[in-house]
Amino acid sequence: MWQNIKDFAADFFVTGDPLIYGADVAIVLTMSAIVFVLTYFKKWKWLWTEWLTTVDHKRIGIMYVIASLLMLFRGGMDALLMRTQLVMPEMEFLSPEHYNEIFTTHGVIMILFMAMPLMFGLFNLVVPLQIGARDVAFPFLNSLSFWLFFAGAMLFNISFVIGGSPNAGWLAYPPLSGTMFNPGVGQDFYIWGIQISGIGSLATGINFIVTILKMRAPGMKLMKMPMFSWSVLGSCLAIILAFPILTVTLALSFIDRYFGAHFFTLDGGGNPMMYINLIWMWGHPEVYIVVLPAFGIFSEIVATFARKKLFGYKSMVFAIMAISVVSFITWAHHFFTMGSGADVNAFFAVSTMIIAIPTGVKVFNWIFTMFKGKVSFETPMLWTVLGFIPCFVVGGMTGVMLSVAPADFQFHNSYFLIAHFHQTLIGGVVFGYIAGLVYWWPKVFGFKLNEKLGKWSFWFWNIGFYVCFMPQYVVGLMGMTRRVSTYSWDSGWWGLNLVSTIGGFLMGAGFLIMVWQILHSIKFMERDTTGDPWNGRTLEWSIPSPAPMYNFARTPVVEHLDDWWEKKQRKAKGEPEKPLAPLEPIHMPKNSGIPIIMSGFWFLAGFGLVFDWLWMAIPGFLGVFACMFAHSFNYDTDYYIPVDEIERTEAAARGTV
Amino acid sequence: MASNKNHAAQARAGNHGHDGHHDLESLRLMGFWIFLITDCILFGTLFATYAVLSNSTAGGPTGAEMFEMPGIIAETFILLTSSFTSGLALLCMNRGDRKGLIGWLAVTAALGACFIGLELNEFVHLVHEGVTIGTSAYWSAFYTLVSTHGIHVTIGLFWMIAIMIQLGKHGITPVTRRKVNVIGLYWHFLDVVWIFVFTVVYMMEVM
Repeated sequence: MWQNIKDFAADFFVTGDPLIYGADVAIVLTMSAIVFVLTYFKKWKWLWTEWLTTVDHKRIGIMYVIASLLMLFRGGMDALLMRTQLVMPEMEFLSPEHYNEIFTTHGVIMILFMAMPLMFGLFNLVVPLQIGARDVAFPFLNSLSFWLFFAGAMLFNISFVIGGSPNAGWLAYPPLSGTMFNPGVGQDFYIWGIQISGIGSLATGINFIVTILKMRAPGMKLMKMPMFSWSVLGSCLAIILAFPILTVTLALSFIDRYFGAHFFTLDGGGNPMMYINLIWMWGHPEVYIVVLPAFGIFSEIVATFARKKLFGYKSMVFAIMAISVVSFITWAHHFFTMGSGADVNAFFAVSTMIIAIPTGVKVFNWIFTMFKGKVSFETPMLWTVLGFIPCFVVGGMTGVMLSVAPADFQFHNSYFLIAHFHQTLIGGVVFGYIAGLVYWWPKVFGFKLNEKLGKWSFWFWNIGFYVCFMPQYVVGLMGMTRRVSTYSWDSGWWGLNLVSTIGGFLMGAGFLIMVWQILHSIKFMERDTTGDPWNGRTLEWSIPSPAPMYNFARTPVVEHLDDWWEKKQRKAKGEPEKPLAPLEPIHMPKNSGIPIIMSGFWFLAGFGLVFDWLWMAIPGFLGVFACMFAHSFNYDTDYYIPVDEIERTEAAARGTV
Repeated sequence: MASNKNHAAQARAGNHGHDGHHDLESLRLMGFWIFLITDCILFGTLFATYAVLSNSTAGGPTGAEMFEMPGIIAETFILLTSSFTSGLALLCMNRGDRKGLIGWLAVTAALGACFIGLELNEFVHLVHEGVTIGTSAYWSAFYTLVSTHGIHVTIGLFWMIAIMIQLGKHGITPVTRRKVNVIGLYWHFLDVVWIFVFTVVYMMEVM
C-alpha cells in the first residue's frame, strides 16, 4: 500500500530537480499565505461577490490584467533561465530535457497566457467606455471567457510541478508531439490548457464584434469610432476566423494521442505536415490578432499627446482591415522549406511582403500625426515613439528579409528568426500593451502611475531589448540555431550570447521597476479628480475615474470623430452646452457564479483527460453541461439601477471635481 | 411572472436606443449568427482534413468498400424532414400556438434522435467489420468528421428538450421566442452541414 502511494507520487509529481523543489515550496507558501490573509481579514465573501462572480467588464478587465502580469513574470523567468543556460559554452545549469520544456512553456505562456489575456484585459477596460456603451453585448459570456482562460492557464502551469511540462516547442509539431516520441502527460497538458482557454478567446471575439457593431452610442457611425475600437474589431474578426482552426487542430492532435488515430502520425497514412499547415493557419493570424490592438493603442496615444487629430484616419481603418485579411494568406512562410515548390513559395512570399504596405502606411500616419503637433512625452508616448516605432520598423524590415523565400532557406530556424519575432512581438505587442496600460490606468483606478519610475522602467526595457536581441541577429547569421541548449567553445558564439544574456536581465530589471512603479503609485497616488488627466479626445475621458458601475449616467450622443475633444473645444470657445437629458433607470446584468463553477468543471475534465482518468473527466464534462442547463433555465439575470441611486453615485464622483 | 417583468422592461427600454430587453434579444441573435460562422470554419477545417486524407488508407479498406448506402440515405431523409418540422414549429410560434410549437419541436427532436440512432448503428456495424478510428488516416478523418456532426446534433437534442420545458413553464415570451429562433437556425445549419457530409464523404466515395 505505502509502496503504491510512493510509486504514484513519483509519477504524479515532478521530482529530481532542485529548481522544481524550490517552486513546490514557493507555491505551497504562496497558496497558504493567500488563504491565511483571506481568512484572517474575512474577505472570502467579498472576493466571491465583488470579483469572482462579477459580470462588470471593468472588473473582468482588471482580473485579466493581473493574471497576465503574473504570466509575464513566469514566462520571463523561463526566458532568464534559458539565457542563463546560454551565457557560456558548455553550461550545465539546465539539462537538455529541462531546456526543451522551458522554451516550450516560455513560448506558449507569452503568446497565449500573457499577450492574449493582457489584450482581452484592455478590450474589457476600454472598448465599452470608448464607444459609449454600458457593458459588453454578453456580460455572462464575458465572465465565462475570463474563467475559461484562467482554468486553461492554470492547467497548463501546474504541468511543471505535476506530471511534467510539454517539451515539443510552442506549436507542438508532430511527430515529436505524438505518442511515439512523447508518451508523457506534458503534451496533454498543452492540448487541454490551450483548448480550454481557446474556447474563451473565441467567445470574447464574438462578444466584442457584437458589442462594437451594435452597442455604439447614438451618432457614432463606424467612421466616427475611435481607432482602438477599430483595431479591436479587426482583431476580433481575425479571432473568429482563426480560432476554430486551432480548436480543430488541437482536437485532432488529442484524437491521435488518445484514440490512436492517424492524422499526424508517421504510419497509417498520417501526414505530420498537415498539422504544421493547420497550426500556422491559426498561428499566423494570431500574431496579427495580438498586434492589431497595439496599433490601435499607439494611434490613440499619438493623437492624444500630439494634441492633433490622427493623420489619415480612413487610411488607418483601411490598413487595419487589410492586415487582418491578408494575414490569413501568409501562413506557409513559416515553412518555405516544406518542399511545396517555387510557385507556392512565391505566392506566400509576395503575400507576406504585401503586409508591409498597410503597416508602413500606419507608421507614416503616426509620424505625420506628430508633425506640427504640440507633442509631449509622458510615459505612454515614450513607449510609443521611442520604444515602439524604431523597434517595429527594424523588426518589420527583418521580416521582409525573412519573407524572401530563397533567403529564408538560410535564416530558417536560426537565431535571426528568434530576434525578428521578438522584435515585432516585444516591440509591437508588449510595448504597446504597456503603453496602453499606463495610458488608461487613471481611467481604471482613478490615479496616474508614477512618471519617474515609469521612465526608468521604459529605459531598462528598451535598452535591455536591443542589448538582448541585436546580438541574436548576428549569432543567427553565424549559424546558431534556435532551441539548442548549449554550444561549444570553438563555435565563436560566446561573446554575443553573453551580451544577449545581459540584455535579458536588463529587461527583467525593467519588469521589476514596473512592479515597483505600480506598488509605489498605489501607496503615494494622487487621486485624479478630473476624469481626464491626459486631456484626452475620446468618450472614455468624459466620465469620472474610476468609471461608475454603469459607465455613463446618460447615454452620450456623438456628433464628431474625437467627440469629447470637440466638446471641450466648443466649451472653450464659450458655446453654450446642450441641456442634459433627465436620468432614467439603468438596466444592468446580475452577477453569476456559473462561469467560475463551469470553468472549474472544465479544469477537472481537462485534468482527468491528461491523466487518462475517466472517473474524473466524465463528471467534469457532466458538470459543464449541468452549468449550461442551469444558466439556460435562469430567467432572473438582470435588474434596474433606480434614478436616485444614479444621482447619489454621480454626486459622489463629481463632488470631488 | 417572468414574462410580465420582461414586457415591463421592454416597455421602459423601448424609447431609448440600445439597452433593455428587446435589443438584448436581437444582440443575442446576432451573436449566434457569428457563432455559426465560427462553426462553419470548424467544419470547413474538418472537411479540408478529410479531403487531404481521403486517399490515405495505408493499404486498408476504402470507404467505397465499406459504406452501406440505404441506411445513410434514410438518415439523410430523416434529417431533412426534421428541418422541415422545425420550420413548422416556427410557424406555430408566429401564430402564438404554444401547443403546436412544442408538438413540432418534439417531432423534430424525435427525428433527430432517429438520425443519431442510425448513425450509431452505422458506426457499430463498421467497427464489427474491423474498421476503427485507428485503421488508417482515412478512417480517422471519416470518424472525426461524421461524429463531430453527430455530437452537434446530440447537443441540439438536449438543447431542444430544455427549450420545450421552458416553453411549457413560461409560454411564448421574447426570451423563449429568441431561444426557439436560435435552435431553429442551429438545426438548419446542421442540416446544411450534413448535406456536405453526405456529398463529400458518401456520394463522392461510392460514385
